[in-house]
Amino acid sequence: MAASEIATIERSENLRRDDVRLQVKSVAFGYTHFELAATSFEARAGQLVAIVGPNGSGKSTLLEIISGHLRPRAGNIFLNEIDLQRLSPRERAQRVGLARQESILLFSFTVREFVRQGRHPHLGRQLFESAEDERWVDWALEKTTLTKFAARGILEISSGEFQRAVLARTLAQRPQLVLLDEPTANLDIGYQIEIFRLLRDVAASERCIAVVVTHELNLAAELADYVLLLDSGRCLRQGTPEEVFEAELLSHVFRARVLVDHNPASGRPRVTWSGC
Amino acid sequence: MIVAATRRNALLVTGALAAVLLFVSLGALCLGSVHVALWDVWAGLTGSASGGDWAIIVREIRLPRVLLAILVGAALATSGTALQALLRNPLAEPYVLGISSGAALGAIVALWVGGRVAAASPLAAFLGALATTAWVYLLGHRAGRLASYTLVLAGVVTASFLSAAILFVLTLLSTRDVRGMAFWLMGDLSVVTNTQLQVLGPIVVLGFLVLYAFAKDLNVLLLGEEEAAHLGVNVTRVQTMIYLLASVLTGVAVALSGAIGYLGLLVPHLARMLVGSDHRTLLPAAALGGSIVLVLSDTLARTVVAPSELPVGAVTAVAGAPVFIYLLRRTAG
Repeated sequence: MAASEIATIERSENLRRDDVRLQVKSVAFGYTHFELAATSFEARAGQLVAIVGPNGSGKSTLLEIISGHLRPRAGNIFLNEIDLQRLSPRERAQRVGLARQESILLFSFTVREFVRQGRHPHLGRQLFESAEDERWVDWALEKTTLTKFAARGILEISSGEFQRAVLARTLAQRPQLVLLDEPTANLDIGYQIEIFRLLRDVAASERCIAVVVTHELNLAAELADYVLLLDSGRCLRQGTPEEVFEAELLSHVFRARVLVDHNPASGRPRVTWSGC
Repeated sequence: MIVAATRRNALLVTGALAAVLLFVSLGALCLGSVHVALWDVWAGLTGSASGGDWAIIVREIRLPRVLLAILVGAALATSGTALQALLRNPLAEPYVLGISSGAALGAIVALWVGGRVAAASPLAAFLGALATTAWVYLLGHRAGRLASYTLVLAGVVTASFLSAAILFVLTLLSTRDVRGMAFWLMGDLSVVTNTQLQVLGPIVVLGFLVLYAFAKDLNVLLLGEEEAAHLGVNVTRVQTMIYLLASVLTGVAVALSGAIGYLGLLVPHLARMLVGSDHRTLLPAAALGGSIVLVLSDTLARTVVAPSELPVGAVTAVAGAPVFIYLLRRTAG
């Protein structure tokens, strides 16, 4: 899309960051042995959306489609009325931050240099970052409480700190839409809670939308505004955690007997085993 | 040590290393089988008549050789740095994609057909390098993307095959030609004409500058192909450009000076130890570092067994192996 087209749309809709809106409309996809049925949902600025479901249910595929990188067989993704598939990779990267399982790094950067890569989509022709870029890097490091690690080597920090660095890099892109695929895999419960809380706070304060694929049902129940439950490529239910986390449905989907009661502290649903 | 990648630091690093290179080059002009005093070197460079015979040695023989060492060292080190980023592998080096074998085969065939280490053999070597580049690209790409391990495998297989072909042609040559060829295969900076320098110079400088324009893309590429794509990098285009540029730089270097080993592998690592992995400071550091190392090695090659000469590749190998072991121990610890 021409830059002027995009600018016109973004201006004419009188959109302030408050009205950032994601519309996923009937996206469907198929690999050789896998089908993702047409799925739709909407989200507004400040919301944290969780996508949950068993392994192989299509969560990561759906996330990649939402980012605009994977072309669905049908359907569209609109971020503030702009069709994400029609953008160039660079234009997309300026609006959408996607962090999946990272490839292994064999070269050493400092944490700061690592996070600074997030500014790449905004650099354009210039070879070096501007003062404003550096400010956003500082901001991202601060939000993820990594400021004191900034000069440390990225290979020398713990996996919890590394996940925060990946999140910081995504935040440094200043995206309107933050997409994370299992950001808390291999992290202890302290870090799990911290990452989710951070996401929710950033979504609220920066008025962006966060969509997270996760296996942590209870964190999703506790902190998400909206949940999609996928199974074998279909979205079986979507809604508030209260609406989606139903014992019978979850037991069927996850092939295990689960109980759903309420977290006494927050009142949100809580998933537990009902005996092994 | 990691130097923050800012415009100022990039210039500082470049300036400091350029000064070192100048110093080392002047030393190289003075030293050799005949030691020339510094003022005679100056006379030779400025073309004044007072220098006498020694000034001629400096101007006609040593200066082209030192210039060749500067250009080839920069080309190989730059190419090595770029390939390590492209393949995301710290063991990558300019010859891993079979280019040196292709160039060697080109030169050997020219020798066999032409009868002597002809003036045409650099051209034949370069054509051999280009053909190998194209062939390995065709083998190693998948839907436009250059997956690193497919590319490396394609290169290794090709190099293997070409080595066999080289040995075959060697058996068809006379003994004297074989010795000349062996010298070239190890790396030889002694045969260079001014015309060749006039062609090599702009190619190396231009190749470096274009690669430098991709420096920030190289940084992002180190994170991973997918991560780079999600940060807006046109991965296919960047990979193809890096592959081409690295191949051309390696091809011209090998065509003129044979397969000088270890430089393209080690200098990038040494440069990384000095300035870190950000290519905006790393590329100039590696290029100038390569020049410095090769000028030093060539000076050693010319002086250690004077009046005879070692092939410069022998010096880089003998010096390079301990450095490599040291780097290995350092990262393992």
